[in-house]
Amino acid sequence: MSCCVPSAELALAMGELNSAGNELLLASRVVGENLRQSDLSVPAMHCGGCIQTIERALGVLPGVEHARVNLSTRRVTIRWRGETPPPVIAALKAVGYEAHLYDFGAEEKDVVLRELVWALAVAGFAASNIMMLSVGVWSGADAAARDAFHWISAMIALPALAYSGRVFFRSAWMALRRGRTNMDVPISIGVLLAFGMSVYETAHHGPHAYFDAATSLLFFLLIGRTLDHVMRERARAAVKGLARLAARGALVLQPGGTHRYLPVNEIRPGMTILLAAGERVPVDARVAAGRSDLDCALVSGESLPKPVAEGSSLQAGTLNLSAPLTIVAAAAAADSFLAEMTRMMEAAEAGRSTYRRIADRAARLYAPVIHLTALLTFAGWMIASGDAHRAVTVAIAVLIITCPCALGLAVPMVQVVAARRLFEHGIMIKDGGALERLAEADHVIFDKTGTLTRGTPQLVDGDRVERPALAIAAAMGAHSRHPYSSALADAGRHDKTPPVALTDLREHPGSGLEGRVGDRLYRLGKPEWALSDGAAPECDGPSVVLSENGRLLACFRFQDELRAGARDAIGMLAARNVPVEVLSGDRDEAVRRLALSLGVPHAGEVSPRDKVARVASIAESGRKVLMVGDGLNDAPALAAAHVSMAPASAADVGRNAADFVFLRESLTAVPQAIDIARAASRLVRQNLLLAVGYNAIAVPVAILGQVTPLLAAIAMSLSSIIVVGNALRLGVRATGVAKNTQGVAGDLLVAGGAG
Amino acid sequence: MTGFYYLIPVALGMGAVGLAVFLWSLRSGQYEDLDGAAERILLDEDDVPVTDKQSAAGRKDVR
Repeated sequence: MSCCVPSAELALAMGELNSAGNELLLASRVVGENLRQSDLSVPAMHCGGCIQTIERALGVLPGVEHARVNLSTRRVTIRWRGETPPPVIAALKAVGYEAHLYDFGAEEKDVVLRELVWALAVAGFAASNIMMLSVGVWSGADAAARDAFHWISAMIALPALAYSGRVFFRSAWMALRRGRTNMDVPISIGVLLAFGMSVYETAHHGPHAYFDAATSLLFFLLIGRTLDHVMRERARAAVKGLARLAARGALVLQPGGTHRYLPVNEIRPGMTILLAAGERVPVDARVAAGRSDLDCALVSGESLPKPVAEGSSLQAGTLNLSAPLTIVAAAAAADSFLAEMTRMMEAAEAGRSTYRRIADRAARLYAPVIHLTALLTFAGWMIASGDAHRAVTVAIAVLIITCPCALGLAVPMVQVVAARRLFEHGIMIKDGGALERLAEADHVIFDKTGTLTRGTPQLVDGDRVERPALAIAAAMGAHSRHPYSSALADAGRHDKTPPVALTDLREHPGSGLEGRVGDRLYRLGKPEWALSDGAAPECDGPSVVLSENGRLLACFRFQDELRAGARDAIGMLAARNVPVEVLSGDRDEAVRRLALSLGVPHAGEVSPRDKVARVASIAESGRKVLMVGDGLNDAPALAAAHVSMAPASAADVGRNAADFVFLRESLTAVPQAIDIARAASRLVRQNLLLAVGYNAIAVPVAILGQVTPLLAAIAMSLSSIIVVGNALRLGVRATGVAKNTQGVAGDLLVAGGAG
Repeated sequence: MTGFYYLIPVALGMGAVGLAVFLWSLRSGQYEDLDGAAERILLDEDDVPVTDKQSAAGRKDVR
């Protein structure tokens, strides 16, 4: 393989372009004649200016028919013509936005949301019109007009209940059939009895009908239900829209000697794959030809690249760094290392005790109590008055007034506001239950590589290296993908070192880079390869040396840099009395150095299985573990922990296993999320207390038979407005916390709120 | 009293029209990007929305 600089570089660039283009083509779909649509996720856009910049940058590309930004979902839809996709990702990068492919194929149309919103609209229409008629009745319509109004109300209410009520009736029926009860059982019973009784009253020219109560109840409850659903969907879509780090496809060598780009799930064992530098290994495989270095950070947590040569076996998901490889697939995608992690995750999830959401627990207590109260009311009135009609009326009034309207709104409302605050901090949440679990977390385990650290090494003590040596090293490093090379190139850029013209540059995978300036031969890489005497006593620790004709010029040491905010995050957690520890699959020494500098307990060389065991043993001691990790090897532990978080850069599997995903660089997202979750949990409890307080006042009035439709309407609206208002307070407080990321003032605010 | 015979149908009819308009706006995707809509009003450029023909064709294919 000839490796003179320009052509190698060109090949590299072509390879990159081609594979990106192929990925784009695979992920696009045909929307018209010769017209294709691609969806990209652009997490960094946030304002009107971004919309304009992005649409303008994409609109001028050849072949682009139309580009439209959706700011709410942070996505761009691009329609383009032709066989080869326009360079949209490069164009976005040029204007400063990192874009990822958004997998549209995996997204189905949200039929549940559609049903909920339609039901909500119908219930809203019915409730407002019936209320309009009811006001007429309450303000003293005569008997004939009252009956007419009641009949019209019944005619509006019947189809509305049949249509909008389905959501609740279906779920209540499912629960009852399995001999259980949920929040929807008392709702359904209350609504149906209220409607039945009102029809009976109307037919017998009675003065009181509860059509307005039945429909407005559905309306309020559907608001809660819809918000809950929207929150979950939004988070799910946002998480799904992140970059897919696993390879989507690979260039497969066909029997005839031609190449074809095949999707991952069509790759069979025995197929020969051409893997360019910079691509991820699609399935478990064996190297057939070539030498290179592999970045395993995402798979095993190892921070140092691993050299591979002919015969080495590769795990799916690792990144090929320095040179093209020819590999032979050893397993199909479903049997790869990834699949083994998935199995371990499933086992871990099955082992975790199922968490009952607070609303469900409340409903389990609530439903029997109110049904018993209604029954006792009926019995009491039967004994006291002997009037069956009166007894039934009062008992139903009790059911209507206790219908868990505030309860159904109390929890989702808080969670929606909390999810919104988290979203503003760049944190995605999977569902409301996760928020409740996060509030309980009192022990945090961090992974090291990629979580506490950036996962990319940085040059240590760059200032001590002589300028000319750094300039040469930076110039050489710019031609390689090896993380150390990139770090050197970065250091050179920061120092504004004058560029050095090198000739005959070539990469020796597993050893280093070599190049010439005039008649001087420079080598950058392992000491035993670059130095003629094969040792560098001046350099301690794992290091890279630069040599001139076999003589030492400089040695470079590298360290994985801490993720932004890591120190602050650990300090903030300590201030909240949450113990922290580090578990990593990386070498013990690297973990120890980092953990000591942060002052936290640690363990290195931990296998995925041992991580799960550690999580389980802490859970057994009665603590609730929050696991924060990014690698494939963390995924089982993420699933096993009480609650889990992952950075956006995490492996797909890990991100899907995690309850929360944070998109921003800073690790302070962890304490921020805990603060918001705790504040939300306090508000949920306050709201439940408010609902109980409301019932403590309203139920005795109802039992005494004093509830009129007017009173019921006022009481129910008031209680709903109070819980919604209380939930909105979270917004104010969370913003306060965000402004005081240093924690102390935020602490006071939260503590003040608790008091 | 006779006023009711046309006043009530008129009131209900107005409500029904409101409902129909809401459902139409929902179907035509006007709530898909509320944050974007709030920002776009400030953009100076002529913001040409997706033409009806184009979006209709696109939507049909999505389904």
